[in-house]
Amino acid sequence: MKPELVTLHINGRTHTLALAPNVTLLHALRDLGYVDVKCGCEQGDCGACAVMLDDVAVNSCLVLAGQADGCQIVTAAGLGSVKQPHPLHEAFADSGAIQCGYCTPGFIIAAKALLDRTPHPTEAEIRDAISGNLCRCTGYGQIVEAVQIAAERIGESTNRRINESASL
Amino acid sequence: MLPEFDLLQPKTIPEALAILAEHGADAMPIAGGTNVVVDLRAGKHQPRVLVDVARLPGLRGIHRENGHLVIGSGATISDLLFDPLVAQHAPALKEAAAVFANPLIRNRATVGGNLADASPAADTAPPLLALDAEVELASQGGIRRVPLADFLVGVRKTLRRSDELLIAVRFPVPLSGTFSHFQKVGLRRADAISVLSAAVGVTCDAAGRCTVARIALGALAPRPLRATAAETVLVGEKLTPAAIVEAARVAGEAARPINDIRGSADYRRQVTEVIVRRLLEKAVAAEVAA
Repeated sequence: MKPELVTLHINGRTHTLALAPNVTLLHALRDLGYVDVKCGCEQGDCGACAVMLDDVAVNSCLVLAGQADGCQIVTAAGLGSVKQPHPLHEAFADSGAIQCGYCTPGFIIAAKALLDRTPHPTEAEIRDAISGNLCRCTGYGQIVEAVQIAAERIGESTNRRINESASL
Repeated sequence: MLPEFDLLQPKTIPEALAILAEHGADAMPIAGGTNVVVDLRAGKHQPRVLVDVARLPGLRGIHRENGHLVIGSGATISDLLFDPLVAQHAPALKEAAAVFANPLIRNRATVGGNLADASPAADTAPPLLALDAEVELASQGGIRRVPLADFLVGVRKTLRRSDELLIAVRFPVPLSGTFSHFQKVGLRRADAISVLSAAVGVTCDAAGRCTVARIALGALAPRPLRATAAETVLVGEKLTPAAIVEAARVAGEAARPINDIRGSADYRRQVTEVIVRRLLEKAVAAEVAA
């Protein structure tokens, strides 16, 4: 079981590292300092480790790091910054969708994947989209609300951009 | 912590088959890893070599070919859910994809993995059985096709030899006028392992008589299976409420469920009858509407 070189493009940065074949993407990310990716159940039940892998939301605990060689990875923190947070970051804070915060990055990734495909989701679509994520604090109501608020805000800013470009 | 293994990443299907031929039972294919990684962590397998087939070119497409729908084994459950050909020709399979685990799992889990894992509760199996699906197994000796009903041998047992790779699942495109549905019963709405599941497909002629009937059951025996005696009740008949009730009763008799943490055998048998009846009623209602 000799280490293999793996190249990961994470939040716009490229890392090449030697990893044993049995290291999961989850632990590769955390060891590199991307600790917004949380280690929960390691069985694909809780969604705390969710990341975007080539634009698809996945549980990083079930992906071997070698399987992600050459892939683009975006973590919840990589969606924005403190100065320029993503609308989902703001909406989760604004609607009190965070208590202990452990599940939050995974929920934000699941919500991002939903809004990429379905910009104006129904409540049922939101609940399905976050059905692979467990929260033991807030009780999901505020999380659903946060996704609704983020969808509205993203829609408004898109409309604004369209109107601005039309008036140019 | 995962056990130690080597991870081989072939670039082509022939390369993958050469690796499987060389390593035999010491090698295990891995695609989305939603079963394999969990089982490795639990110590259920100790392969010396994992063969990563997740990004093998040619394994993921869904296309029509000579009156058949061919689904690459690497197609994810999300691919099934969003594919227009699946929606058009295999609505029961789409319905199964929609309630399969959760979206994060659906994005990685593959149809080939779901079948090769051979869980009695595999949610893609009943709709594919109801579609008369075959699996394609490739080895260095060539490709063989095996009916899915034969491929699934028992709990976590299939006909796949260790030098073979499941490369596709295929089924004849159903005749127009075929209506199919799937339903699973879980302990909760999402991310549940099926307590039981069923898929039905019925085709009727212009006179309203049933020409083809398919009823398949999941998590009700050591392997997903067809309830052929129940199908026979319907063929040649008009799908009256009485015929549907009788077929559902016979389907319930085909179930050979066990008691486990998700439900008792008695519960499963009774609910099988109810679910099969409802699915047949839904198929008839769709036919009347069409």
